[in-house]
Amino acid sequence: MSNIAIKVENLSKAYQLGQIGTGTISRDLERWFARIRGKEDPFLRIGETNNQNTNSDIVWSLKDIDFEIEQGDAVGIIGRNGAGKSTLLKILSKITAPTTGKISGKGRIASLLEVGTGFHPELSGRENIFLNGAILGMRKKEIQRKLDEIVDFAGIERYLDTPVKRYSSGMYVRLAFAVAAHLESEILIIDEVLAVGDAEFQKKCLGKMGEVSKGEGRTVLFVSHNMGAVTELCRSGIVLENGLCNFTGTSQKAVDYYLKNQSQFLRSEYTMSNIVSNPKFTNIELQLGGSQPSHTLQIKFKVNKTLFSTAAFAVFGIKNSASVTIMEAIPSLDNYINFENKDKVYTCIVHLNSFIPDEYTVYAWLGASEAETYDWVDDKLGFEIIDSPTPKRTFPFSTRTGSQIANSYLIP
Amino acid sequence: MVKEEEQWTIEAKSSLFDLKLHEVWAYRDLLVLLVRRDFVSFYKQTILGPLWFFIQPLFTTIIFTFIFGNLAGISTDGLPKPLFYMAGITAWNYFADCLTKTSSVFKDNASIFGKVYFPRLIMPLSIVVSNLVRFGVQMVLFLILLAYYYFSGANFNITWAILLFPLILALMALLGLGLGMIISAMTTKYRDLSFLIGFGVQLLMYATTVIYPLSTAIEKYPKYSWLIEFNPMTSLIETFRYGFLGNGSFSWAYLGYTSVLTLIILLIGIITFNKVEKNFVDTV
Repeated sequence: MSNIAIKVENLSKAYQLGQIGTGTISRDLERWFARIRGKEDPFLRIGETNNQNTNSDIVWSLKDIDFEIEQGDAVGIIGRNGAGKSTLLKILSKITAPTTGKISGKGRIASLLEVGTGFHPELSGRENIFLNGAILGMRKKEIQRKLDEIVDFAGIERYLDTPVKRYSSGMYVRLAFAVAAHLESEILIIDEVLAVGDAEFQKKCLGKMGEVSKGEGRTVLFVSHNMGAVTELCRSGIVLENGLCNFTGTSQKAVDYYLKNQSQFLRSEYTMSNIVSNPKFTNIELQLGGSQPSHTLQIKFKVNKTLFSTAAFAVFGIKNSASVTIMEAIPSLDNYINFENKDKVYTCIVHLNSFIPDEYTVYAWLGASEAETYDWVDDKLGFEIIDSPTPKRTFPFSTRTGSQIANSYLIP
Repeated sequence: MVKEEEQWTIEAKSSLFDLKLHEVWAYRDLLVLLVRRDFVSFYKQTILGPLWFFIQPLFTTIIFTFIFGNLAGISTDGLPKPLFYMAGITAWNYFADCLTKTSSVFKDNASIFGKVYFPRLIMPLSIVVSNLVRFGVQMVLFLILLAYYYFSGANFNITWAILLFPLILALMALLGLGLGMIISAMTTKYRDLSFLIGFGVQLLMYATTVIYPLSTAIEKYPKYSWLIEFNPMTSLIETFRYGFLGNGSFSWAYLGYTSVLTLIILLIGIITFNKVEKNFVDTV
């Protein structure tokens, strides 16, 4: 393994679902008893993937992952929420042990799953630099040598001897990132910590990361939802799906693969199976068309045949990944929904504004008035926006600052 | 480019006896900084500052003197009562602090442990060293009291066993550390134990010769005194008293027994701690 920085073999990690704590003694005894008889652990039935629909108590957050990372490579790890990205990072950072498998590598690892771990509010900026640096694995001498650089990067010279509880949140984050960015390690693992701080600082962070991977020749693992940042900063990419490592290749190909397959993750179709006599949606189909910043969402839906004669309305709402409703599509009243002697199909066209990259869910409402709801389909359908609404802008968008952005341009 | 010793592997199961002590050594700067953090943050924004370290043992001594010494009339082997109690309290407090703080180390540090790796043993070690500062301050108080009684001609004398003080201190620290780590490892799964520890330590104090001398216990309950004798803390506190006050039951046999037991408990503590440390993030 001359040029390999990290080699992952057969890595798996199982999590126990549900409550841990009640009845664990009996369960522990059961497992222990199985082990001394040389049997397989009864709570780890091998073979299931991270499928959230099975009834088992165990979920495989990672399943038989194999990959190699070369020295000096910058690797982006992409995947949907729950694909196992964070678990992989946690295992690589030695925070939790794998259930099976092995990782070997060489070089010191520094992982940044969170900025400012171990900061103590009562201590001054200087004291926290030392404490945080030591927690991240730096020796005192090393921190001493880099102190000026860190302070300079964070831009907090004047506040160096003030307790960090008096810092603004921006200063706090800047200081924390500065310490982490100056770690001298051969391997750097970064979670989406960049989604903090102001835009200028985010750019500075991305710049620093680029410098680290390209300039200094260190190995970087970068986990992000931000496809732009991944293609820009990383040379290779790994796609995780349901705990399986489904694609490895160049970062551009990995992003393409991810985008091509994203439609199968968020359900774009809903079907009601049982037949009823009151008005319901029997089928809804979503189709995302167009491109940023003017996507179009086509919602094709079917209503059942009923004896109702009153006309009805449909309303569709769009929620972001934080389950906050961003907007509702309320079609104009030129056309009503009528229930007739046969199933009828309608299509609703929704023009989307500049949505930020995120996963969105769609709910559908059917009724005659505000007080009279016939059907309500929630959390069944969704779509994902991948591209940035502003071309070439790579800094991350966050739902904290809104799910849509206003189209804007600079006049020189 | 990369040195050979920087190769590492992460595996599902690791050897039980891989104590990772070399890693702890590599992170020794962190230990110092954590102790400093504990000390500084303790008295920041307080008026009395480190004086708070004095207040608790002082008042406990006064209360013990009144209740156990005067009201209940428990013998102090002819020693001045405040001196007798304070010797016991100072030593006991150090052990008890180490034990209780160590036993909740996973719960207290879950947020740090969940985000960054460093040898987890550093945390309990830093607790033991931090408490040493507190113990030092209380020890000063004890020595002041000792000097006061010495010059007012009270009936006690310092013996050669005072030379065993570093050993006793180390044994108290390691015993507290070992027991604390065993309990901390178990509390990550069975939270019940954290309720037990609070009053368990208090009960244990009554089974240790803090408020009575061992000689009285043997005299009054000859059948059950073995319970107290085999409590490893008893011989430590008795030796402590024997060294500083010249009165107490000192025996090499019991001290040897305590030393061996402490080392065994410490070893079990480190092993269970290291085992739990790898996966506790998933259960806590």
